[in-house]
Amino acid sequence: MLRLRCPVCGVEGEETEFHPGGEAHLRREGPGSDDAAFAAYLFERRNPKGVHFERWRHAYGCGKWFHVARCTATMEVFAEYSAEVSAPPEDVIERIRARRPGFGSPFGEGA
Amino acid sequence: MSRRARPATAERLTPRGMVALRAAPEAMAAVAEAAGVADPALRRWEGAGDRALVWMSPDERLLICPRWDAAALAGALAEVAGLAADVSDMRAAFRVAGPGARDVLAKGAAVDLSRAAFGAGDVRRTHLAEVAAMIRGTGEAEFELLCFRSVEGHVARWLEIATMPGRAPAVL
Amino acid sequence: MARRVQAGGRRIDRAKPVTFRFDGRRMKGFEGDTLASALLASGRLVMGRSFKYHRPRGPVAAGAEEPNALVSVGAGDRRTPNLRATVAPLSEGLAAESQNRWPSLDLDVGEVNALAYRWFPAGFYYKTFMRPRALWKHLFEPVIRRAAGLGRAPERPDPDDYEHYHHETEVVVAGGGVSGLAAALAASRGGARVLLVERAGWWGGRAPTDGAEIDGRPAEAWVREAVAELRASSRVTMRLNAELASVQDHGFCLVIEDAAANGAEGLRERLWKVRAGRVVTATGAIERPIAFVGNDRPGVMLASAMRDYLDLWGVAVGRRVVVATVCDDGYRTALALKGAGSEVTLVDAREAAGPLRAEAEGAGVAVIAGAAVWEVSGRMRVKGVRVGAVDGSGEAREIRCDAVAMAGGWSPVVHLFSQAGGRLRWDAEGAMFRPDAARAATGADGEPFVIAAGTANGELRVGAALADAHAAGVRAAKEVLRKPCAASAAGSAPAGVDAEEAALRPLWTSPEGMGPEAASHAFVDFQNDVKVADVRLAAQEGYESVEHAKRYTTLGMATDQGKLSNVVGLAILAEARGAEIPQVGTTTFRPPYTPLTLGTIAGANRRELFKPVRRTPMDAWHDAAGADWEPVGDWRRPFCYRRGGETREQAVEREILATRGSVGMLDASTLGKMLVAGPDAGVFLDRVYTNMMSTLKPGRCRYGLMCDEGGFLFDDGVVARLSEDAFLLHTTSGGAGRVHGWLEEWLQTEWWDLRVWVADVTEQWAQVAVVGPKAREVLERLGGMDLSREALPFMGMAEGTLGGMAARVCRISFSGELSYEVAVPASRGQALWDALREAGAEFGITPYGTEALHVMRAEKGFVMIGDETDGTVTPLDLGLGWAVSKKKDDFLGKRGMMRSDLVREDRLRLVGLETVDPEAVLPDGAHAVEGRGRARRTIGHVTSTYRSPTLGRSIALALVERGPERMGEVLRFPVKGGAVKARVVAPGWYDPEGERQDV
Repeated sequence: MLRLRCPVCGVEGEETEFHPGGEAHLRREGPGSDDAAFAAYLFERRNPKGVHFERWRHAYGCGKWFHVARCTATMEVFAEYSAEVSAPPEDVIERIRARRPGFGSPFGEGA
Repeated sequence: MSRRARPATAERLTPRGMVALRAAPEAMAAVAEAAGVADPALRRWEGAGDRALVWMSPDERLLICPRWDAAALAGALAEVAGLAADVSDMRAAFRVAGPGARDVLAKGAAVDLSRAAFGAGDVRRTHLAEVAAMIRGTGEAEFELLCFRSVEGHVARWLEIATMPGRAPAVL
Repeated sequence: MARRVQAGGRRIDRAKPVTFRFDGRRMKGFEGDTLASALLASGRLVMGRSFKYHRPRGPVAAGAEEPNALVSVGAGDRRTPNLRATVAPLSEGLAAESQNRWPSLDLDVGEVNALAYRWFPAGFYYKTFMRPRALWKHLFEPVIRRAAGLGRAPERPDPDDYEHYHHETEVVVAGGGVSGLAAALAASRGGARVLLVERAGWWGGRAPTDGAEIDGRPAEAWVREAVAELRASSRVTMRLNAELASVQDHGFCLVIEDAAANGAEGLRERLWKVRAGRVVTATGAIERPIAFVGNDRPGVMLASAMRDYLDLWGVAVGRRVVVATVCDDGYRTALALKGAGSEVTLVDAREAAGPLRAEAEGAGVAVIAGAAVWEVSGRMRVKGVRVGAVDGSGEAREIRCDAVAMAGGWSPVVHLFSQAGGRLRWDAEGAMFRPDAARAATGADGEPFVIAAGTANGELRVGAALADAHAAGVRAAKEVLRKPCAASAAGSAPAGVDAEEAALRPLWTSPEGMGPEAASHAFVDFQNDVKVADVRLAAQEGYESVEHAKRYTTLGMATDQGKLSNVVGLAILAEARGAEIPQVGTTTFRPPYTPLTLGTIAGANRRELFKPVRRTPMDAWHDAAGADWEPVGDWRRPFCYRRGGETREQAVEREILATRGSVGMLDASTLGKMLVAGPDAGVFLDRVYTNMMSTLKPGRCRYGLMCDEGGFLFDDGVVARLSEDAFLLHTTSGGAGRVHGWLEEWLQTEWWDLRVWVADVTEQWAQVAVVGPKAREVLERLGGMDLSREALPFMGMAEGTLGGMAARVCRISFSGELSYEVAVPASRGQALWDALREAGAEFGITPYGTEALHVMRAEKGFVMIGDETDGTVTPLDLGLGWAVSKKKDDFLGKRGMMRSDLVREDRLRLVGLETVDPEAVLPDGAHAVEGRGRARRTIGHVTSTYRSPTLGRSIALALVERGPERMGEVLRFPVKGGAVKARVVAPGWYDPEGERQDV
C-alpha cells in the first residue's frame, strides 16, 4: 500500500485516502480528431515498468487532483506535483534523473 | 483511571449552523473577513466568538456558526464567495474527549494523532470507520468529529464500541 | 518418555496449577505453560495427524514455526481451529481437540501405511484424477475433501470483538530477543520513536536459554535492565504477544496483537496497521530438521526445541535421547538434557568439533563422531535409531532411545526482510540464506527501509548479533531523523562473549545420497507430508524452477509456509538438479508470517458495522412502517411496505394502483444533488451533459445525460437552474459520488480556467416525491406556495415555504403522473413526511418503495441507469437521441459516439416487450435467441421486467439487435424448462402522449 503526499494540502496519507486516476498527461482529443488519435487518447496507455506519471485525487482529504511520478517496479515516488500542467515540469524531470540517470522523458524536456 | 472507565467519551453535539464556502484561494481573505473570522492557515481552523472557520482545501472553507445564523450568513457570503450554501443539515458532529481520545480515533483513522503531530487548532479530513470524516482538534485531549448525516448512526455505534472500557491501546 | 523435571521452567509458576482438557481428557499443567509443554509434561507426545497420510505426529518445534501440533482450541462458538499447540497459552478450563483423525488420535483409520503411500507421490492428484472427468466432481473430490483438511470452522458467530489500530512510528523493531532489545535501545537513545513488538509473552528470546552472557551478566539480567530502560522512554511503545506479521510497500506493516493475553476485556485480537520509516527485523533464526527415515515420528524434535521445553517449562523430552547434529549447537542440547538427568548419545556428522565436545564428554554424553542417524524406528513413539557412516556406507548400529533431537544448523528468519522485496544471499560457510543489505526492500524515497538485525541477519552468535543489532538501531535512527548525532547518543553496543565453535557440515539428507527406498520415508515438509523422494521426483519430471517444484510437491504450502522445510527442500532440489543452492534460489516470501484469523482482518467491521449503511432522514419511519429494505448504492431504501399478510408482489401492486389512482409518496432523499455555481457554470454544464444546459431559464428543469469519453451513458438526472449562474444537478442515488468526482476531475485537470464551483449537497436535503392525480391537492393543503399549473408548470422549479418549511419544489415526473419533488432541509424531512401523510389522508396517500417506482417508470418506457445501461450503452441505443445535442461543437462523449462501433446499424437498441402469454413474466437478463444449430445465436437480452398492475399484464424492456426495426416480431427467450415468447413493441405503454404529467 502506497504512501503519498498531497501537494495541495501537504498531508502524507495512506493510499486508502486517495483515488487513482490512471495515466497522466493524456491529451484530450475531441470531435475534430481522426480515429488513430482518438483511439490513442481513449485506449492506449504506456504502462511502463519503471518511471510512470499518474493522476491521483486526494478523495478523502482536500478533494484535489494532483500528479505523481513514481517507479512502478520499486514504488519509489519521485515527485507529487500540480494537476494544472499538461506535462511534467522541468524540476520533476530533474528529480527523476537524479535517481534514474539517463531517464528519457516521454514528454520531451519538460514544461 | 478506573478499569471500568471509558478511555474517552463520545457525545453527539447539538446541531450547529454550517455554511459551505468555495472561492478562489486569493479571494479567501475577503470571504473570511466577511465571515468575521480570521482566515485559517493550511489544515487549521480559527475561531471568533460563536463562529469557527475551517480550512477544507485551498479553495474551500466550512463556516460553523449558530444554527439560526446559517441561512442569513450563506446569503451574505454568496456576495463575496464563488459559492456559499447553507449545509447545516448535511453533517453530524461528535465530541470525543478524554485521556484515550487519540487512541480511540486512531482505531478508525489512518492518521498520525500523536501530540507532536496533531493538536488543538488542527484539522484533518480523512476516513474513519470506513466513512469520510473530519477531525478537528479542539483541545489537548478533545476532538470534534464530523461525518455525513446519513452515516451518523454508523459512526455513533462505532464510537460506542471503540470507547469500550478495559481495552484501550494506551499508546498515544 | 517426556516428563516434568525439577530443573528449569522459567516460564511456569509451579505454585499455580491449571486444569485443562485435551480430547475430553482432564489434564494438569502450570500457569505459564503452552498447550504443547503441558501435554508433553503429561507424557502426551502425539498431538496431531498429518495432512495427507494421517501419520501420528508430535511437536517438532517449541514456537511459531511448528508444523505438526495443530489443534482446535475452545468449544462451540469460541473454537479456533488449526492453532499451533506450541504457542497456545494454557489457561484454566481450556479445552483443546486434536484434528484430522477418526475415530481417535491414537487409532486413525485414515492412516496410510508405509506400503500404500508410495502410491501417493508428488503430483498424485494431478495425475490420477484427470479422467473420467465426471468422477472428479462426484467421487474423487468429495472423498479427498473428507480425508484431507485440517480443523473444522466454528458454526456460530464469534462472540468476541476485534479491532484495528493505526500507528505511525519512525522505527518498528520486530522481535524482542536480545537483538531486538539492543536495536530498540540504540534507535530510541538515538532519538527515534520506536515500536517494539515480540510475538511471545516474554522478552529476551533464546539468549537466556542458550546461556549467553551480556555485558558481563547473565542474559536474563541484561534483558531485565534493557526492558526497564525502554519502558521508561517516552519514545518507545512496547508490546508482548504481538507479532509483526507483514512488511509491505513504503513501510506499511501489520502487527497482530493477542489483546486478550495483554489483558483487554472482551477483545480478542488487535490488528495494528503501522507506518514506519524503518523496519528492523530482529526475528532470530529457526533450527533445521535433518531428513532421515522416520524423522517425523513422535519424539523426533528440533534440538533447540528440546532445550526450550527444558529451560522454559521444565519438561524433559526423553529419558534416553539421541542428538543428531551437524554443528556445535547440538552439544548445548546434549548438555542441557544430560543436566536434567537424561541419558544422551550425540551423533556428530563431523569428525572435529569445538570446545563444547570436550565439555559434553566430560559431563557424560556419549559422542559418536563422523556419523549420522540413518533411520528412526517406532510408530507412535521413537523406539531407537540406526546410526552409520555419513555417506551411507558400511553397516549401521542400533541405539535404543525414546527421543531424537535434530540439530541441522540454523536458518535466519528472513521472511519479513524479504516480504517487501528484499533479496537474500547464500552463505556457504553457514549453509544459510541471509539478508543482502545491499538489496533490501526500498521505500518511497528509493532508499532501503528494512534492516535485518542480529541473528535474523545471519549473525548466529550472541556477541556478533548484539553488535549487528546495535548498528541496525543506530542506522535506523540516523536515517529517519536525518541527523548524524544519533550514533554517539546511542552509546556502545552491548557486549557478548562468543566461544570458539567449529565449522558446520551441511547434511541435507542423512545419510548423504540416500537411496530411493529411504527417500520415500524421509520427510522434508511435515505438515504437507512431502518426502525427499517427492522433491527428487519433481526435479526428475522437469519441475526445475523452485516455484514449480513447490507447487508440484506442495512443499512449503501448508499453514506453516515451510518455515522448517524450505531450505532443506531446495537443497535437495539443487542436489537432484546437480545445481548449486544459490542457483536454485528461494520461493517468494509472502505475508503474513503466521496465519491470522478472519476476525482480525475484519476488526470492528462486523455485525451492524459490517458495512456503513447510509440512511435517509425518514429511515426510522420506514423501518417502523414495515419497509422491506433494498440496498441502493450505499443507501438502504424501502423496496415496498408490506401491510398485514401481504406478499411483496401484492404490496407493490397496491402501492402502484394507489399512486396512479389517487396519490403516493416516495422518499427520494437519496438522489444526488450537486450545486454548480459561477459565471461559467452554463458553459461547464454544456460540456458535461450531452444536451444543452446553458439555454435553460432560471426556474426551469431539464432532463440531462452524462456520458464518458467513450460515448457511453453513465448517469442521468434533472437539472434545475436556480439563478443566472447557479444550477442544481440531480444524479442517480448510487452515482452521486462518481458524478461529483467526475465534475471535479474535469474542472481541476482539464478546464481549470473555468470559473465554476461545485458542492455536493446531497445530504443537506430530504426529498419527497408526491405523485398522482391528487398530488397538487395534497400539497395545497400544506399551504405557502402557489402550485397551480400556471405558477409552477411541468418542468418548473420554485423555492418558497410549504407547511412552514423552507422548500424547493420541482415539477418533474418519473412515473408519468402529476408529480412534485419537494426538498426541505434534512432535519425537516420527517416533519414534511408527516405533514404530507396528514394532508393526504383523505386521498389515501400511500407511501411507495423503489419497486413501485421502477414498475411505474417501466410502464412509461423510461430507462434506469444500471438496468438499461451497463457501461456499453449509448444514449442513441436507448432512443434518447433527442437529449444529445447536435448543435454543440463538443461535449464529453461526443467524439466517442462517432466511433465506427457506436454507429453500427446492428447495435443492441432499446425496445419494449409484451409476452405472448400476458401472465408470463420474463426472467431478468433472459436472452433472446434466434436460429438453429450452429447458426443459433443471441440477439439481445431483457434489462427490466415486471408484471404491470396498471396494464394488467407482463411487460419488459430489452436491448435487442436492430430492435426498433423489429416492431411486431415475436422473439424467443429460452428459460429453464422451455421458452417464453414476447412481441417487440415500442417502449412506453402508459399515457404515451404525456397528458397526465402535464396538468
